[in-house]
Amino acid sequence: MTASLDIDATIRRMTQSLHGLLKKHPVMVGIHTGGVWVAQRLHKELGLTEPLGTLDISFYRDDFTRIGMNPQVKASNLPVSVDDRHVILVDDVLHTGRTIRAALNELFDYGRPASVTLAALIVRDGRELPIEAQVTGEHMHLTKRQHVKLIGGPDRLQLEIQEGSG
Amino acid sequence: MTQDLQLDHNGRLKHFLTIEGLSRRTILEILDTAKSFISVGEREIKKVPLLRGKTIVNLFFESSTRTRTTFEIAAKRLSADVINLNIATSSTAKGETLLDTVRNLEAMHTDLFVVRHKRSGAAHMIAAHVPAHVHIINAGDGSHAHPTQAMLDVFTIREHKGAFEKLKVAIVGDIQHSRVARSQIHALKTLGVAEIRAIAPRTLMPIAVERLGVMPFTDMREGLDSVDVVLMLRLQTERMTGALIPSEQEYFNLYGLTPAKLACAKKDAIVMHPGPMNRGLEIDSAVADGPQSVILPQVTNGIAVRMAIMALILGGSPAESRARRAADA
Repeated sequence: MTASLDIDATIRRMTQSLHGLLKKHPVMVGIHTGGVWVAQRLHKELGLTEPLGTLDISFYRDDFTRIGMNPQVKASNLPVSVDDRHVILVDDVLHTGRTIRAALNELFDYGRPASVTLAALIVRDGRELPIEAQVTGEHMHLTKRQHVKLIGGPDRLQLEIQEGSG
Repeated sequence: MTQDLQLDHNGRLKHFLTIEGLSRRTILEILDTAKSFISVGEREIKKVPLLRGKTIVNLFFESSTRTRTTFEIAAKRLSADVINLNIATSSTAKGETLLDTVRNLEAMHTDLFVVRHKRSGAAHMIAAHVPAHVHIINAGDGSHAHPTQAMLDVFTIREHKGAFEKLKVAIVGDIQHSRVARSQIHALKTLGVAEIRAIAPRTLMPIAVERLGVMPFTDMREGLDSVDVVLMLRLQTERMTGALIPSEQEYFNLYGLTPAKLACAKKDAIVMHPGPMNRGLEIDSAVADGPQSVILPQVTNGIAVRMAIMALILGGSPAESRARRAADA
């Protein structure tokens, strides 16, 4: 089932919330895969000139020894040094917070940012760690069994809600 | 014999002992995983926390520099703790058996043994006797198999040549004594290359090599004609009994890879060698250091390939992981 959310309008709202950061010359980093799609749009709307960074957090997951490798890991790529920079970290869905924990760990293996701002398209309930987004596109209330996923990227972004086994 | 030993009941890699019996899918999964580890070696902090808290023992009963070092670097880049055992100066010299050595190390809660031994089948034998939570990687057993070397070779071929199906690959030299050649043949066959050729004097060519699906050549120029990849082997004088080659000079004249002989291969053919090289015996320095040589990239790729194999063996199952990832944004 796809959810009826105007993603373009949501991303425009997020852009407005991020405008205040522009004077700090931020570096934008998206988390694979959905977060990169959202970041590409924000990056363009904000008119950032430095290239977009991408992170694949597979090597930093906290459950690796239980569930193993994802063979389709995409390379992380941070073309700009993050040392002393203001980083805007972008993901599609903020749920448990574990992905962001892993992304922060990876980010700090590349350098020491001056600050990190988290921007998430969808913020849902189910947090397991003390992590919150500073910029939120939309809040969604979902049951534990429901999963929301961004599909159709990079051009035709849509939200898909799956009924899972929890 | 015991190739099923390396897969669990779900077909997942539990040990990495031989290429024989591995599916094309498994080999490609290792290559894809290795590709993603390449970037880790290019970063300023060349380390990811995947195997934090795991203990890996390099158990080398036979000397090695490159293989042991790249296994050590691979394990360290995955944040594992690595212990290198120099067996020549350890308890085996005092008469301890191979299994006793392993059991003692097991009692120290080792998660993974990387084993090199001069006897064929040594890694299999250990794998058959360790408890389920202990894993074994074969880093070369006698003249039987050297599967991680073959994996880094096919990885390097894919990086430079792309799809395997159209490639003609020649393996040159001491095929008879080479565990590398045996593993390369299995890997190349499973990946479906168009042609595998074996170039060697009759004394160094395994009997009935055709049965492995390999075309034998005793004339090097003929064998190299229009190949895409030249896999050189080291002349393993330490494993030879009797006079298998006439003289080193004559061997070089007939089977040493010189620029003139390499000209028979395709213009853009790549040259590989597992090391250590005998310059002036099986390969001319002009080729080893020339523009077609990818011998040093092989070493770099070896780290990523060994990281991939360790990570796949010590991790859980990819199917479960996909399900969980979906649940865990």
